[in-house]
Amino acid sequence: MPSNMSCVLCCSRLHGRYRELAPHLVPLDYTNNPDIRVPLTLIITMPELKENPFRDRIVETFSEDGHGNLTFNDFVDMFSVLCETSPRELKTIYAFKIYDFNRDNFICKEDLEKTLNKLTKGELTPEEVTLVCDKAIEEADLDGDNKLSFADFENMISKAPDFLR
Amino acid sequence: MEAGLESPVDEEGVHDSFNQLIAEQSQNGGLDALELQELQRELDEEGRDNVAYLSSPGHDYGRRQERWEAEREDDGRQTDSLAGERWSSATLKILSSMPSRTIGRSRGAIISQYYNRTMQLRRRRQSRPSIRDFSRSARPSIRGYGMEGDTTDSEGAEKREHLVNNLQNLSVSDRVRMLRGMPLSVAEKSELRYMQSWYSWLSFIHSLQLWQVALKRVSGRFGTGVLSYFLFLKTLLFFNLFLFLVTGAFLVLPQAVHPPLFSQGRPSFSGLELLTGAGYFSDSVMYYGYYSNYTLRKSCRVDTGGQNMSISNGTGMDCPSKRHSYNMPMAYFFTIGVSFFITGIILVYSMSKSFGQSFRIDKSHSILAMKVFCSWDFKVLKKSSVKLMSENICTQLKELLAEVNHKHVKNTVCQKLWRLTVHGIAWTICIASTTGCVIGIYYFSEHMHQVRQDEEASMLALPVVVSVINLLLPGLFNAAAWMEDYDSPSVRTYVAIGRNLMLKVSVLGVLCYHWLGRVAADPCWEDFVGQELYRFLIMDFIFTLLDTLFGEFLWRLFSEKGLKRRRRPVFDIARNVLDLIYGQTLAWLGVLFTPLLPAVQILKLLLLFYIKKGSVMMNCQAPRKPYRVSQMTTIFITLLCIPSFIGASVCVTYTMWSITPSSSCGPFRQLKTMFQAGKRWVEELEKDNPSLSMLARAHAYLVENPFFLFVGAGIFLIVIYFHSQVVDGQRKIISLLQEQIENEGEDKKFLITRLQSIHEQKRTPTRRLTKESVKP
Repeated sequence: MPSNMSCVLCCSRLHGRYRELAPHLVPLDYTNNPDIRVPLTLIITMPELKENPFRDRIVETFSEDGHGNLTFNDFVDMFSVLCETSPRELKTIYAFKIYDFNRDNFICKEDLEKTLNKLTKGELTPEEVTLVCDKAIEEADLDGDNKLSFADFENMISKAPDFLR
Repeated sequence: MEAGLESPVDEEGVHDSFNQLIAEQSQNGGLDALELQELQRELDEEGRDNVAYLSSPGHDYGRRQERWEAEREDDGRQTDSLAGERWSSATLKILSSMPSRTIGRSRGAIISQYYNRTMQLRRRRQSRPSIRDFSRSARPSIRGYGMEGDTTDSEGAEKREHLVNNLQNLSVSDRVRMLRGMPLSVAEKSELRYMQSWYSWLSFIHSLQLWQVALKRVSGRFGTGVLSYFLFLKTLLFFNLFLFLVTGAFLVLPQAVHPPLFSQGRPSFSGLELLTGAGYFSDSVMYYGYYSNYTLRKSCRVDTGGQNMSISNGTGMDCPSKRHSYNMPMAYFFTIGVSFFITGIILVYSMSKSFGQSFRIDKSHSILAMKVFCSWDFKVLKKSSVKLMSENICTQLKELLAEVNHKHVKNTVCQKLWRLTVHGIAWTICIASTTGCVIGIYYFSEHMHQVRQDEEASMLALPVVVSVINLLLPGLFNAAAWMEDYDSPSVRTYVAIGRNLMLKVSVLGVLCYHWLGRVAADPCWEDFVGQELYRFLIMDFIFTLLDTLFGEFLWRLFSEKGLKRRRRPVFDIARNVLDLIYGQTLAWLGVLFTPLLPAVQILKLLLLFYIKKGSVMMNCQAPRKPYRVSQMTTIFITLLCIPSFIGASVCVTYTMWSITPSSSCGPFRQLKTMFQAGKRWVEELEKDNPSLSMLARAHAYLVENPFFLFVGAGIFLIVIYFHSQVVDGQRKIISLLQEQIENEGEDKKFLITRLQSIHEQKRTPTRRLTKESVKP
């Protein structure tokens, strides 16, 4: 871990937040880099993630084991990307991974349907969901394989100035 | 084939070359691992040609890759969307190891990708690739940018060394940007050891931000729309802070330390000064009239006892020492000029940056896709707000679907005419009311000017009338818009902003005419104008408070207790931001006459922040309509720059250039125009130092001859035209590249089907053979 004074401050603040999720699991002393993982169910109780419809996917994406159990390093990674000042390209990369539910490096129609259902919390009818997904893929797919690769996704996002996090 | 792919942590086993593969397939039955490893280099060359596949994301450790690979091997019959056929497992293995699906996955690939990027950046910083370097292909390609060639060595550690080397050779800002953009974990970035400081700076500076906690609470409940209002307020605060520091340091402080010799007695302090700015404040460092028109010298005071100081402009006669002298007229002129210039540059820079972020070159067609991915506001944390946002998105998607699927209902001619008349009536009402108010202000101001009484309180009449107009007329415009019933909410917002802007610009225009035209004939008129602007600023603040009180607080009480509705009032972002811009225009207009006005504006903005924040949290609800934040922010900063700042600077320039300063007060008394102070200084310089006569002549020629102004404007226009041509060219290249991507997709499909067909051909003879061998 970097050892500057102000970075120690920021890391210790993050460590405080990490610890308050599971005080019985996380030790105060991290100098030996213990292999502690805070489970998914505790992480999604954080106020920043609690109401986020993609909280499960976000935590899974940053976890090393793929199941959402974060080590402290993963925790710091997650916050450094979700931070306001993190660059847009980085956010685009991670957004693509988060929306890619089946982790095949493409956003296929099923991924899109799951995204939409999480966004609208089931308010749209299934026909509308299918229609929206078809239209969205038609609009954004550039190379014609009926899936969104990262390049298609990035191209579409670059035209949307409102892509914030 | 089946044995060839080991754990994909070693990248070599993962890349194939289609051409070679097809050649191999037609010669012999299969490929073994060694040949695979040779072929991957070819594919590196070919694969890197297409940028689209290069930037696949990846932040995967080898383990996850292995796991995925294992899943794939089990499920060998995944249907590829390329065609509905069932591919053989061999084909699927090849497909799964295509560059587009594997590059960027493993750490080594990310490092090599970023090595390429840093190489590109270094080259770009040095020179652009020449057209000659581009290969002669039928389609435009990015080969000239050095994407090939540098990646011949495949050792992971060596790659990292190269990357570190490249990063060291970049400039600090490029390096920071590269590092922040890398999708590697923090632990890995810290292994690139010496670059630790960027991470700590990021967090440290972020924690120093003003009002961070308050803004986070507001955005958590109301989203980024309402947050943009508070961020705009913060921006204005910093502009005023800058102005205050500059005028305070160069004008107020020297003059306060050396008060003028002939000052009259001041009336005693009564509370009314805070509103009117006259009385106790009238002959103080706050206004223009207080400032001396001679050079302030410190040593003279001690020698001559403060008597008989020469008050002719420029040189103090009896003082030998020239060291502690401060030419007040020059200081006044230059301070105001330079601070306006710097503010202008900062505004234009932030406006252009904002434009770059929110308006894109390419016309976007992917509306629905963008809505799905980009409309969720992740800053919102409160449960009820989240639910509201989710409902909003639903409604928008349904509307978009309806628009896309069904044809528009064609309006009959009658309906079109009716809509036109309604629009016409609404616009007539708005324009007529604006004109009426402006004429009213014109005559009322003339009346107040002629009937100027000794009562201080009567001077408040004009500001009160103007503030009332500014408060009530937007309500009338809203009513007219409600009558018109626009279909699209963004059009309605733009029309509302347009009408509001028209009102404020006309009001300020007539007031400027009144001050610079009529009032400028009076003795010591600058003091009076300064006081007027102070009064206007204070009245604007008081009426904003009243509006917050009545518009939000009492309305909420009324609607909850009286009408028993759960709907609270919505925070009108556009109107509040326009009010802020109006206040800032007044502050900029007044700096020339009241150097302490930025301080008043700072106090006003600080109070406004807390009051508005409290009111929003208590009384308002999250907006129901969609709000395109970055576009609106760009519009607001453009409005701040173009009508507001440009208008104020035009007025100030006109005052300095053409209007005769008053002869009895201020630093420019007994000069023909304020601008002459500069000329006089140059003449003085020439007198003292004859070798500077060239400078004086150059100054006289440049500044007074309009020819150079025309040449400057002409060059500016040429540069703008050139840039617009560049943008056009880039648009064309974008469409060409899109075509290329589609063609590459077709190529891919073709190659895969050919591969499959060749494999089938290979297999059927052997099958036939085995069948034949089975037959007796």
